[in-house]
Amino acid sequence: MSESDQPTDNRGFGDPIERDEDVPLLTGEATYTDDIQLRGTAHLAIRRSDHAHARILEVDTSAAEAMDDVVAVYTGADVEDSGVPNTIPTAWMLPGLVTPQYRMLAVDKVRHEGDGIAAVVAETPQAARDALEAIDVEYEVLEHVTDPVESVERDVPPVHEEAEDNVAFDFELGDADAVDEAFADADQVASVDLRQPRLIPNAMEPRTALADWDVATEKLRLWMTSQNPHLHRMLLSAGTLGIPENKIQVIAPEVGGGFGSKIYHYPDEAVTAWCSMQLGRPVKWKASRMEGYVTDCHGRDHTTSAEIAVDDDGTVRGIRVETHAGLGAQLSQFATATPSYLYATILSGEYAIPAIYCRVIGAFTNTTPVDAYRGAGRSEGIYVIERLMDVAARELEMDPAELRRTNLVPPDEFPYETAAAVVYDSGEYERAMDKALEHVGYDDHRERQAELREEGRYLGIGVANFVESAGLSPSGLAGDLGAQAGGWESSIVRFDSTGTVTVLVGTADQGQGHRTTFAQIAAEELGVDVDDIDVVEGDTDQIPQGLGTYGSRSASVGGGAIARGAREVREKAREIAAHQLEASVDDIEFDDGEFHVAGAPDRSYHIQEIAAEAYLGHDLPEEMDPGLEATNFYDPENFTFPFGTHVAVVEVDPETGGIDLERYVAVDDCGEIINPMIVEGQVHGGIAQGIGAALYEGAAYDDDGHLLTRRMDEYAVPHSTYVPDFETDYTVTPSPHNPIGVKGVGESATIAAAPTVVSAVVDALEPFDVDHLDMPITPETVWQAMGGGE
Amino acid sequence: MTEREITLSVNGTEHDLTVEPRTLLVTALREDLGYTGANVGCETARCGACTVRVDGEAIKSCMRFAIQSDGAEIETVEGLAENGDLAPLQEQFQENHGLQCGFCTPGMLMTADTYLKDADDPSREEIREAIEGNLCRCTGYHNIVDAIEATLEQREASHE
Repeated sequence: MSESDQPTDNRGFGDPIERDEDVPLLTGEATYTDDIQLRGTAHLAIRRSDHAHARILEVDTSAAEAMDDVVAVYTGADVEDSGVPNTIPTAWMLPGLVTPQYRMLAVDKVRHEGDGIAAVVAETPQAARDALEAIDVEYEVLEHVTDPVESVERDVPPVHEEAEDNVAFDFELGDADAVDEAFADADQVASVDLRQPRLIPNAMEPRTALADWDVATEKLRLWMTSQNPHLHRMLLSAGTLGIPENKIQVIAPEVGGGFGSKIYHYPDEAVTAWCSMQLGRPVKWKASRMEGYVTDCHGRDHTTSAEIAVDDDGTVRGIRVETHAGLGAQLSQFATATPSYLYATILSGEYAIPAIYCRVIGAFTNTTPVDAYRGAGRSEGIYVIERLMDVAARELEMDPAELRRTNLVPPDEFPYETAAAVVYDSGEYERAMDKALEHVGYDDHRERQAELREEGRYLGIGVANFVESAGLSPSGLAGDLGAQAGGWESSIVRFDSTGTVTVLVGTADQGQGHRTTFAQIAAEELGVDVDDIDVVEGDTDQIPQGLGTYGSRSASVGGGAIARGAREVREKAREIAAHQLEASVDDIEFDDGEFHVAGAPDRSYHIQEIAAEAYLGHDLPEEMDPGLEATNFYDPENFTFPFGTHVAVVEVDPETGGIDLERYVAVDDCGEIINPMIVEGQVHGGIAQGIGAALYEGAAYDDDGHLLTRRMDEYAVPHSTYVPDFETDYTVTPSPHNPIGVKGVGESATIAAAPTVVSAVVDALEPFDVDHLDMPITPETVWQAMGGGE
Repeated sequence: MTEREITLSVNGTEHDLTVEPRTLLVTALREDLGYTGANVGCETARCGACTVRVDGEAIKSCMRFAIQSDGAEIETVEGLAENGDLAPLQEQFQENHGLQCGFCTPGMLMTADTYLKDADDPSREEIREAIEGNLCRCTGYHNIVDAIEATLEQREASHE
């Protein structure tokens, strides 16, 4: 971090303080859902479809029911007969969207491998699993489709009868006429066809649920691996089980990673709860890893044709994009938002592009449902614009970094309204880009590249700029776009009578370090030590309302709610201090936790002493209620837009196609930095997932519609030897859309890293006339692109 | 299924228990004995979240039956801290932010701790190779390598 960008305040905010949450995680004392044991717990296992697409003719559960230790076996028909609403609802509507009923267990057809057919509850997990084999399912196998283009263009049996052409939605954004005009006028047009394969999130902790239905109080307690316990509570109540919302408690204890996959309301956790209600005893379900591969929502799955119109001087005139987005067999919660509004609205990237048009066809396929995965929509969109920048530079014979620089939105243009219908809050794009290029030594690498090519060695330098929409809000705008939930976050900031502080907030951590970061925010506002602050998340009975953690919203929206709540508390404390000091409130200054009369710092009250007074209630200002806490609902005025530039240097081996990732430099701007150590950790993890997408990861289906990549030795989650050391740096451009100037950083690096690395590998292959390679770029891909074997 | 009586010594405490022959070591540790530090992430010996030490060797406890460890000395992450103080390796994981969600951390610590017993001035590449069998999806590994390197440096400094 440069000196000018160093945060200057020292009340915790801006300091790289160690995480408060680490000790239990390091000693094995931390409690994840599977660590919880309730007396009398039965165990659930789910029989799943072996077929991609088939009619269910008969499900015979009698043999399974007769097995030792089996408590009950339920089918989709049993769930229907129980009279619950039995719907896993879609939480984002689009015009013309087809919404077939998504049930807890399949009844008529299975629509993807892994679709749930029957639930076995047994005394032990082993007995439940054993009994799965004894369930006899008779199928009539149907023709299936796994590709989003084929599903709408080929004549195949529909995944759902409601959508005969397999089109769930046909979405448009931008101005098609303006784009046609730009393309007609421009000096050059370049294009690229690309695939963004399905990614499988692979959070290290598999999804797990433990449900406990209390027969006496008719209350459901559900511990689960959730990124958003309140949303799960709401969807379980309104859509699936029909229990009043105030009779459901959802608790997310430690959650072992999510990356999006634990946002969604899946059938499995609902079935766990339903079984507990049927049996009146606790029921636990834990996905095996292989089960996770066919049931956790996948990400991406785009097939895209993109074109860019550009003048000879490098000015981009317009882009045109058409995408087929695979949605899988069912509409998961945000499945419709990700390839529409989260994707098309970011296609302008960091650039001033006067004309943009995008069409997205959302397609049902016989595959695991697709939903938001780290970088959702933004990742796919930035990949498209950055690939277009590279092919345009090639067309113009311009340096790709120079072409990018030519088109950056200049700093004095903010707030900047793009042709893709969003308003960027703040940005100094060229500053971050300069810093990244300087850090890596861009010009030197270009020289080295030329020299090495003479020796038959192939170096590649990839540069990608990104901008990201984070903290989806405000609620009204989200509603206009089709969201069935708001974009706010809530907090309670509460002084205790002895001066410690409890912060309750509706976000839900999965390793991001909220307890520490949020304490830093409250410490800054209240002038108390971070060690005096406890942060509580993840329990709907403790935290009245909330929306959870996804879309890089926690720091900006959750943090915003905490900062505003803390300020309210501070103002009440100021009134009490004024009363104690017998002065006017306007004359009271607050400094480092102390209240004093302006110009008279000798006589002062610390805010923690004021807290004691507030709870004593003996001597408060007239008509003031006792206590010192505030509930805050914060609905931001808009998204925030983190940005930055990443650069990768690779060398490819013409003999083997091997890719050596020599350097990786990331310069991020996430606005104000609350804890630089945690921000850097988020960037590191994000880069690894972006590199994973570029070089290693990708789900594959065989001709029978079976997932080929269904184990950790078949789907390449990067190992420690697959990724290099990372070099990170920052600029700080505060967001005006937020009380604490933060923007969010959780997804940034994943969005940036995939185009950066692809750009670098393609750049290395320029002498072989390679303009583009699809992810994951394996050594075999490279070897073939270099003419290997010819 | 015929049950078997075995004895597992975990972090120095002996436990007698009765298990089915097919019971995995990780299941015995977690379900029967309550040592929930070792986590189950993949069940195919790929992720390493369940790594514990058996008779001094780091192994993936989802790949071994409990009966195979009858009489063995088992060490889990719960035994790393001494008298309530974090071990130097654990401290360095915290200082270097070598963990995020923490699910892989117990296994990562057991692998790294075992490696550190014999490591002699390794390069970062060698450290990366040593932990290759333990997957982490959060950190990107950089800070984990830093933490292991820092532990070694600290150890060397204390020997000087």
